[in-house]
Amino acid sequence: MNLSLLVLLPVCTFLVLLLLQARFARQVALTGAVLQLLVCGYLLWQYLAVRDLGNTAPMLFETDQVWYAPLQIHYHTGVDGIAVAMILLTALIVLTGILVSWTIDKWQKEFFLLLLLLSAGAYGFFISLDLFTMFFFLEVAVIPKFLLIGIWGSGRKEYSAMKLALMLMAGSALVFVGLLGLYFGAGSFDMMTIAKTTLSQTSQSYIFIFLFSGFGIFAAMFPFHTWVPDGHASAPTAASMFLAGISMKLGGYGCLRVAVFLLPQAAHQYAWAIILLAAIAIIYGAFATMMQTDLKYINAYSSVSHCGFVLLGIGMLTETSVNGAVLQMISHGLMTALFFAAIGMIYSRTHTRMVASLGGLLKAMPFISTVFVIAGLCSLGLPGLSGFVAEMTVFMGAWQNPDTWYRVATVLACASIVVTAVYILRAAGKTIMGPLPENYAGLPDATWNEKTAAVLLVAAIVLMGVAPFLVTQLVHPGVENMMRQVDKLVTLN
Amino acid sequence: MNGYAYLIWIPLLPLLGFVLMGLFGRTLRNASGMIGTLLLAGSTLLSFVAAYQYFFSDGKVNDVYRKITAFTITWLQFSPGVSIDMSLVIDPVSAMMLVVVCFVSLMVHVFSLGYMKGETRFATYYAYLSLFTFSMLGLVLAGNLFQVYIFWELVGVSSFLLIGFYYDRPSAVAASKKAFIVTRFADLGFLVGILVMAFYGQSLDIATLIGNLAAPQSAAYLSMTTAGFMGISALTWGLLLIFIGGAGKSAMFPLHIWLPDAMEGPTPVSALIHAATMVVAGVYLVARLFPVFSLDVSVMQVVTWTGIVSALLAALIACTQTDIKRVLAYSTMSQIGYMMFALGISGSGGEDGLGFMASMFHLFTHAFFKSLLFLCAGVIIHFVHSNDMRDMGGLRKLLPVTHVCFLVACLAISGIPPFAGFFSKEEILLAAYHANKPVYFIALFTAVLTAFYMFRLYFSVFWHKEPGHSPTHGEGALSMKLPLIVLLLCTVLAGFIPIASWVTVDGKTLATHMNPGFSVAPVVLSTLAILLAMRWYKKTSDTPDAAASALGPAFQTVSKKFYIDEAYLFVTRKIVFPFIGRPAAWIDRHIVDGAVNGIAGITGKLSQSVRAWQSGKVQSYALYFFSGIALLAIVFIYLWK
Repeated sequence: MNLSLLVLLPVCTFLVLLLLQARFARQVALTGAVLQLLVCGYLLWQYLAVRDLGNTAPMLFETDQVWYAPLQIHYHTGVDGIAVAMILLTALIVLTGILVSWTIDKWQKEFFLLLLLLSAGAYGFFISLDLFTMFFFLEVAVIPKFLLIGIWGSGRKEYSAMKLALMLMAGSALVFVGLLGLYFGAGSFDMMTIAKTTLSQTSQSYIFIFLFSGFGIFAAMFPFHTWVPDGHASAPTAASMFLAGISMKLGGYGCLRVAVFLLPQAAHQYAWAIILLAAIAIIYGAFATMMQTDLKYINAYSSVSHCGFVLLGIGMLTETSVNGAVLQMISHGLMTALFFAAIGMIYSRTHTRMVASLGGLLKAMPFISTVFVIAGLCSLGLPGLSGFVAEMTVFMGAWQNPDTWYRVATVLACASIVVTAVYILRAAGKTIMGPLPENYAGLPDATWNEKTAAVLLVAAIVLMGVAPFLVTQLVHPGVENMMRQVDKLVTLN
Repeated sequence: MNGYAYLIWIPLLPLLGFVLMGLFGRTLRNASGMIGTLLLAGSTLLSFVAAYQYFFSDGKVNDVYRKITAFTITWLQFSPGVSIDMSLVIDPVSAMMLVVVCFVSLMVHVFSLGYMKGETRFATYYAYLSLFTFSMLGLVLAGNLFQVYIFWELVGVSSFLLIGFYYDRPSAVAASKKAFIVTRFADLGFLVGILVMAFYGQSLDIATLIGNLAAPQSAAYLSMTTAGFMGISALTWGLLLIFIGGAGKSAMFPLHIWLPDAMEGPTPVSALIHAATMVVAGVYLVARLFPVFSLDVSVMQVVTWTGIVSALLAALIACTQTDIKRVLAYSTMSQIGYMMFALGISGSGGEDGLGFMASMFHLFTHAFFKSLLFLCAGVIIHFVHSNDMRDMGGLRKLLPVTHVCFLVACLAISGIPPFAGFFSKEEILLAAYHANKPVYFIALFTAVLTAFYMFRLYFSVFWHKEPGHSPTHGEGALSMKLPLIVLLLCTVLAGFIPIASWVTVDGKTLATHMNPGFSVAPVVLSTLAILLAMRWYKKTSDTPDAAASALGPAFQTVSKKFYIDEAYLFVTRKIVFPFIGRPAAWIDRHIVDGAVNGIAGITGKLSQSVRAWQSGKVQSYALYFFSGIALLAIVFIYLWK
């Protein structure tokens, strides 16, 4: 199938929306998102069908066109299992994000326009095999966030929007320097070509720092994570879902696909630093979460902690741990989106996100409360939900790296499951359980659109938690290819 | 398939019940109790069939009970050889547990039909019960260490949901959180233990793991005993960490603090989860991995002493408590301590395996009499509307069925023949007598204490004074009485079941000789303790209070549960939150984020000052230009000659 369809569809929806009257905005956006999800489902089906036929090429559905010949910039696209998984995740988040924004009243059309633009950037990013094209799409995905938070946000929204945009821009700038380094080192922007050429150890180690820290900012790597709490807290619900479900994944995917895959020796060289930062993020993020009092800050800090698992998995550089990192990206995207959706639903009814002033919501809004609890249980790694599968794969993979200090880091990371339980249960125990304050007694439960969004996300979380083999089947060959390449290049030298 | 394919339905039926009631609870409402009970009755029937088939028909090959894997699918592959498989394994221990779990759960389901009647969240209650039963059955049948962990967490969360069932009571919410977090802390040990075992044992499948490690001088065993960390071998680390997980779930000292608080849940739940099934999961775990545990003497010592200390400590505390359910909770902890140390002192084969057999036997009998005690407590609380035994008294005429059941269960737990507890406790004491004298004497003392506090409870509730309240309703519906009577029969008869020929450490029949001479001392001492309790508590008297004040601070310490809760609170409230949590949040706000804001601020200031340079005035540009040239000229002329 033609992968460009994935980008064209949101762009077309964007154009239709632009031309139509504002009152059809949400219907058009929803139709576009549903179509997109169907196309992504078709992509999955096609992908599996082609793989079943025995095609073991690293990338499928490749197309390659010259975009700007003098600089050898190509529009080169192709996907492997990891990318397919990320694309599906994006489609699901976009659809549910549009659903929960159904009743947004300020500049509805513009809101959906920006969401669509952001998603187009994300799809483009995941299908790109040319680094320049990839970078282009990365930028497309950054700018809308600034506007989404700045215009539709709440609280200190200008500050947060500016902070987020500047930090992500700084990330992009670092990435861009790294890309240029790769281009001058390997003489191409094409990922598959660069992967075959071996750069010298010195240039690898310089370029790697730029690329990994640049993408790391997107992936909330300690200490560049501070855009996360403020950005999430100020963002409207859908933007929070997009930030956690898509933007942070751009970073993780970039770290893996660009930094580690193209610069394997440098990855081994800096593994200790990645692991150290990841372990700090996991445990320190968890403890910082414990002290938060605002539901969105709780979820945002817990995101920092959970994204640490992605980096930990990548840093350990075993096949299993990288597998776990990819699973954690998917799981974290689904879970955090669900969590933010639930928080948004609560906030739109009670007009507060402070844990201390909420209570007993299970009585007033059983559906929303159940969703909240499911998201929480997923976050604390309950078996049967996606978080468990991902975290355990990371732990298992991490332990296979026999370095003693890495194991200490792994144990520290494992210890976060206790702290996670503490903050999730504190939050749930206070907001969902306990006596219901009188002023919340008559609040309505979820509406159809909110229910649909929640059910879709919960279904995905449960599916991944109950039948993880379905997801690993998709993701694992991609990881295997990548790690084979990484290990080959490392042992060569 | 090997004739056990139907095993899959045993856990699946309750799961089906959970899904049905979870999704359609509102429409099903009162029917959900019946649906849940019927589905579980199906499972129970199948479990009896399975146990019968296993023990009497095809479990035994060459006089040894073998392990049969009924079903396996690879659930999550980590690396070649290491994967989480979902499998159903039947061996003597799991067959026995299967029957216990299904049966007790069924009794509790039936009992709850009457006990929870009229509850607004009736369907939710049964959904949670079904979820718990499903998870517990999955745990019991698991053949893969990670599968055990998965269901281990699931029973934990169902326990959490049920303890917090009355979610609008802050005390219930606090108790449910405490139970989950304390056991989670222990599970951390379990998890890391699994990682260690999987790495060296090269498998997560329990049978393969045992095969890899327990074979004499196997490569895995050698690598695991030579590798180490901080001077302790990897084998010891792995087992110790796994044992921490087991100790947390089984409420062993010092991780027991959640169990008494867990009594906030509905009483039938306490009977099922916190008496008969989930809390023995730790014992079960050690039993499943017993061949590996017995490789390491030091870990076995830890198991033994954790068990005996818990048994003694809990018995002491139980003598001072006045909440009927808390007394029972401490007695549960004490009895599980028995099972634990019996495993710890056991050898791995033949006559030496007496401890293992006794432990399993006690697990089996304890499930019946302890769930009976809890269900009786449920009836009493239902009747009196209080948990405090000082509000009770003289109930023997008002609750005749309950009275008989409670009395028999108390006799059983006190080890008075011919009731179930006598047989299993004698085996444990005998094993202790042969293996470890100090442990034997502590165990004997604990047994006497047990008789004392159980009869203190019995006399306070059923005798003591005249009933202080007029009966508003009778003893309860038939659905509440029936399980009591069935469990009563089990309590009377379970001791005669020849567990020794079925559930042994090596699968061979263990020839036990009942030694009447040996039993005299424990029985006589326990009887004396009962008489003492009778003298003190049958009628209202001042003697107990006088005794308490005579003991002074010692009594205070025990009744305050050795201040262990306070110690934990001190660590969490005064150390973890202010010295770890708050600094982490503060550092993030003020240092890490401060740096970001600082950079932004400096950039802002820089651009402020640089802005003036780009004034657009030709004169100033000209000035910069010429000063630049002048500067360069100076540099070239003087510095770069």
